[in-house]
Amino acid sequence: MGKAELPLHAPGTKTDTGYIGQSVPRANAQRLLQGRGTFTDDLRFPRLAHVAFFRSPYAHALIKKLDFSKAAKQKGVIAVFDGPKVAEYCTPWIAVLGHLKGIKSPPQHAIAIGRACWQGEAVAAVVAESRSQAEDAVALIEAEWQELPVVTDMEAALRGEVLVHEDLKDNICFHREFDTGGVDEAFANADLVVEETYHFGRHTGVCMEGRSILADYNAAEHSLTVYHSTQAPHMMQDIFSRHLGIPEANVRVIAKDVGGSYGIKVHVYPDEMATAAISVILRRPVKFVADRLESFLSDIHAREHRVKVRLAASKEGEILAFDLDDLTAIGPYSVYPRTSGIEGNQVVNLTGGPYKHQKYRAKMDVVFTNKNVTCQYRAVGHPIAVALTEGIVDLAARKLGIDPAEMRRRNLIPDDAYPYTFPSGLKFEQLSHHRCLDQLLSLMKYKELREEQKQLRSKGVYRGIGLAAMIEVTNPSPAFYGVGGARISAQDGATLRLEPTGMVTVLCSVTEQGQGTDAVFAQIAASALGVSVDKVRVITGDTGVTPYGGGTWASRGAGIGGEAVLQAGLALKANILDVASKILNLEKGELDLREDCVIHRLTGERKMDLAELGRVAYFRPDTLPMNFQSELTVTRHYTPRQYGFTFTNGIQASYVEVDPDTGFVQLLKHWCVEDCGTVINPMLVDEQIRGGVVQGIGAALYEECLYDAQGQMLNANMADYLVPMSGEMPDIVCGHVSTPTKQSQLGAKGVGEAGTAGAPGAVMNAINDALAPLGATVTRMPFTPERILQALKKAG
Amino acid sequence: MEQALDITVVVNGTEVQRRVEARMHLVDFLREELGLTGSHTGCEHGVCGACTVRVDGTIVRGCLMLAVQANGCRVDTVEGLSDSKELAKLQKAFHEKNALQCGFCTPGMLMAAQDLVSRNQKASREEIRLHISGNYCRCTGYQAIVDAIDEVING
Amino acid sequence: MKAAPFAYAKPSSVVETLDLLERHGDSARVLAGGQSLIPSLNMRLSSPALLVDIGALAELRTIAVKDGRLSIGALVTHAALERSPEVARHVPLLAEAVPHVAHAAIRNRGTLGGSLALADPAAEYPACALALDAQLVVRSSKGERRVRAQDFFRGLFETDLRRGEILVAAEFPLAKPGDRSAFLELARRHGDYAIVGLAAFRGAETRLAFLNVGPTAVLARGAASKKTLAEAKAALKSDLSPTPDLYNSAATKLHLAGVLLERAWSRLST
Repeated sequence: MGKAELPLHAPGTKTDTGYIGQSVPRANAQRLLQGRGTFTDDLRFPRLAHVAFFRSPYAHALIKKLDFSKAAKQKGVIAVFDGPKVAEYCTPWIAVLGHLKGIKSPPQHAIAIGRACWQGEAVAAVVAESRSQAEDAVALIEAEWQELPVVTDMEAALRGEVLVHEDLKDNICFHREFDTGGVDEAFANADLVVEETYHFGRHTGVCMEGRSILADYNAAEHSLTVYHSTQAPHMMQDIFSRHLGIPEANVRVIAKDVGGSYGIKVHVYPDEMATAAISVILRRPVKFVADRLESFLSDIHAREHRVKVRLAASKEGEILAFDLDDLTAIGPYSVYPRTSGIEGNQVVNLTGGPYKHQKYRAKMDVVFTNKNVTCQYRAVGHPIAVALTEGIVDLAARKLGIDPAEMRRRNLIPDDAYPYTFPSGLKFEQLSHHRCLDQLLSLMKYKELREEQKQLRSKGVYRGIGLAAMIEVTNPSPAFYGVGGARISAQDGATLRLEPTGMVTVLCSVTEQGQGTDAVFAQIAASALGVSVDKVRVITGDTGVTPYGGGTWASRGAGIGGEAVLQAGLALKANILDVASKILNLEKGELDLREDCVIHRLTGERKMDLAELGRVAYFRPDTLPMNFQSELTVTRHYTPRQYGFTFTNGIQASYVEVDPDTGFVQLLKHWCVEDCGTVINPMLVDEQIRGGVVQGIGAALYEECLYDAQGQMLNANMADYLVPMSGEMPDIVCGHVSTPTKQSQLGAKGVGEAGTAGAPGAVMNAINDALAPLGATVTRMPFTPERILQALKKAG
Repeated sequence: MEQALDITVVVNGTEVQRRVEARMHLVDFLREELGLTGSHTGCEHGVCGACTVRVDGTIVRGCLMLAVQANGCRVDTVEGLSDSKELAKLQKAFHEKNALQCGFCTPGMLMAAQDLVSRNQKASREEIRLHISGNYCRCTGYQAIVDAIDEVING
Repeated sequence: MKAAPFAYAKPSSVVETLDLLERHGDSARVLAGGQSLIPSLNMRLSSPALLVDIGALAELRTIAVKDGRLSIGALVTHAALERSPEVARHVPLLAEAVPHVAHAAIRNRGTLGGSLALADPAAEYPACALALDAQLVVRSSKGERRVRAQDFFRGLFETDLRRGEILVAAEFPLAKPGDRSAFLELARRHGDYAIVGLAAFRGAETRLAFLNVGPTAVLARGAASKKTLAEAKAALKSDLSPTPDLYNSAATKLHLAGVLLERAWSRLST
């Protein structure tokens, strides 16, 4: 793997990039490989109690009566709580933000009061000495319900004949319209107008580690320590503080090892808030781990959309305009604090993203239903925006008889057009669509594949090639949430400390869930300081220890946290050289750091080990000049400011074979060429992309939360909800182009979500390409064998 | 008839005796009674593979076996097989190829992989994929895992 | 999800087992491999008062040719079936079906008897038993009786097993020269329950047993009696009334059954 280039604009550019661009194996993987990690459920505390929740079996019902008398007598039971009791300790919340004009949602409590609004909503909590005992007692809670009408269909929800919330005038959480103007003229004058309706199946994250929280309230101090499998510990610190009435600095949130998150664990869950409140009530540590069945009913779902899209084009294949009508069904509440309006909002922002058309109109409705709540899940609105865009572009290409790759070539924003303002208002710093397309076509041997496809078609073998060009939001500024009033930090900080033995400790506010944040920070710190990477230790995920920051979401870890680490590293280096110059009696400018040693910058002569410098600075400061103080701990922060979002770009391709007899799709291969700026660790980046691609494949082929008309989820277990397993996945080839961002010295953009953003569109286009000679098209994800057989008119 | 029974199990080479509820499954026994938290529960209905441990030399789903059924058996977990170095080659390959991210599926994945490696036969990438097809991983996309196992088996 | 409490007994003989089952009836469940029972306990889908673990009954673990049939003990695991040279030689249909059963870790514990006694319509062995006209050996305190497969599987998760009885073995006819068999199934992912499957046998008789097309595995008698593939496929429409599942309509299942029949046909005819 080659080393990535440092941005040329960086002041004091060094040719020695250290570890930037190297595939260094992650140090913190060792404990995970031996089963010696610490996930939140692994923690043991004295007097630890366990909570299990009594959950509504109905999608919509009044809670007429709850009788805890039998449950409370069960062996091991400590307490049983209902909604009103927990509400004495935990205030409700309303998930709206100021920059989503008109968004509305009713208040939500930690445990439902009076009315349950989705199947699985927690309606009571049992605390016991073991989880088993808590579940035994839950089974003995007696409840009387009065069923209420259930809203599950999104079109019906929009029509509003039945209201999810009686005191809201309709079921619309958020409505948005956008119009550049000139759209009707563009369509009227176009040589070709194509139209399609796409459906995206509701699905969910299925993290291996269930949501986990262990709250430990200390009554003597009025302090709360929460061990929480969360992506955003500072955000949670603020929320626990405000809703439980505990001063902010008395709340400490610690994220131990997190077993996968993908956005699922960046939201506020009522059952987790209830757990924290219960710890306060009982004055003892309380743990809750969502088991798999309750995860399906209570982890956020995402991506249930019906989208109508129209595209206007010239006969030469020039895209002139997009017209979009998006309807998306969320649950009965907008989810706190990021709101459930963002996903639809992103679909409006991102549709048509890679292309140079100028006219765009969009209408979007987010409607409440009595299904589980939904919110941001990896890549947020991108998978939908990319799939519908790339789907309709392919449709236009097919009708015009233009090769799909050529269609992209004619329409992708030119690589020299930047900075560029996109019709929906997005601003692009610098993208590389054409370079990525070049590399993709070369990597996949596009022409040979087309030839192979043609040969095999004549033998009755139906293979398809699908492309999906994309843009991707990363490194967001406060434009994402802060401007709307959310206490979600868009800045992050890193503290670097030289230890007396010459090792380095990095404390950073961005968090790790396995993507390699800790490793990347170690590499950056080591590079900035000239130390070997195995001398660096990284601590993340502890609000009591790290600087204040936003955590991990929206692919911001490397770009934002990494820049803070870099700046702190460079500043620490300067301070180290200050000390060195005093010890060695040389000019600071004559010195440098390399391989754990102070060296003479010009000759390379080793002057002093860092360990020796540490010894002197910490234990023998009496040997240093009187007016000199070593400062060997440095903190720096970073906020992306110039651009609302630092966009990346990429393009994916899928090669499939469809069996027209069975409707089964075999994934032969997948490619992704991605430009995420400076790549710090190519191996980590590539496996992030692959993991994201497989999640996207899940959406395209396998995953859907199925509900009946009564709002009952029908497949809430791992046997019936299908996730991608290794047997069916293709090898995924990754390529890179590098356009560093000039907003930071590091130049790193984000990449964590790119795979998920483009894969569903690429797979859909490949399937439709395979089916094209048979006159069939599929537009409803996931593309199960039945849906493909229906398109082929072989099954009812 | 008893709801709780005394059992004796040799876990990672050490004999342990405990009184357990009959309903307690093997992974909960390892985690709660013995503090061996390296084995994980991901679904408790036998589908995800995170709980894979070894009993009397063969891999099993720890959530689909009662602790009382392990009475008189030898149980090996990821901690034991790490300390005995039996997993060393796989762990090195996993590490170098980044065949793990969050690490939650990893112990089960290693147990399943070692089951294949210990057969001492060549295996194609396809065969490797099918062998681990009962172990769910959400982070990696599986390819690096296949690469790592491929390297250990086929060199 | 933690199971509800239950009592546990591990009898050391079949006689002791039968006594327990006789006494406790519906409040007891037999624990063999546990690969289907324990998930249902963990999910609190069933809460028996007593689990009778038959794991100590070594006599149920044998595979042997007896009286011109291959007798496979109820406690023989899928893994043992997979490895067995006798099964490969004498009951190739079964050998072909075993790799489709879940995954290695489950095959190490799950048993033939457990699968047959559970009678999941999507399971492989009931269909194989039907296709091969196997006999199920049932024992009670009154003695042993043999039940033909087609009489054993009575409904959804319902067999001919009565109170106080356990399945002790399944007996399969030995493959003769000229016999042909094929096992095919269509599953979304390797190891999943099949959407539809076919255990097909052609020897002196032809038997086509489809799985996951109804509450039990189903013999397609009409199709089996036809001489051409086209006629056989057409006959499936009256042989099978598939029940839809979460992802597949009855029409889809019928169509896929036809596809499997087509794919098996040439193998049955060579």
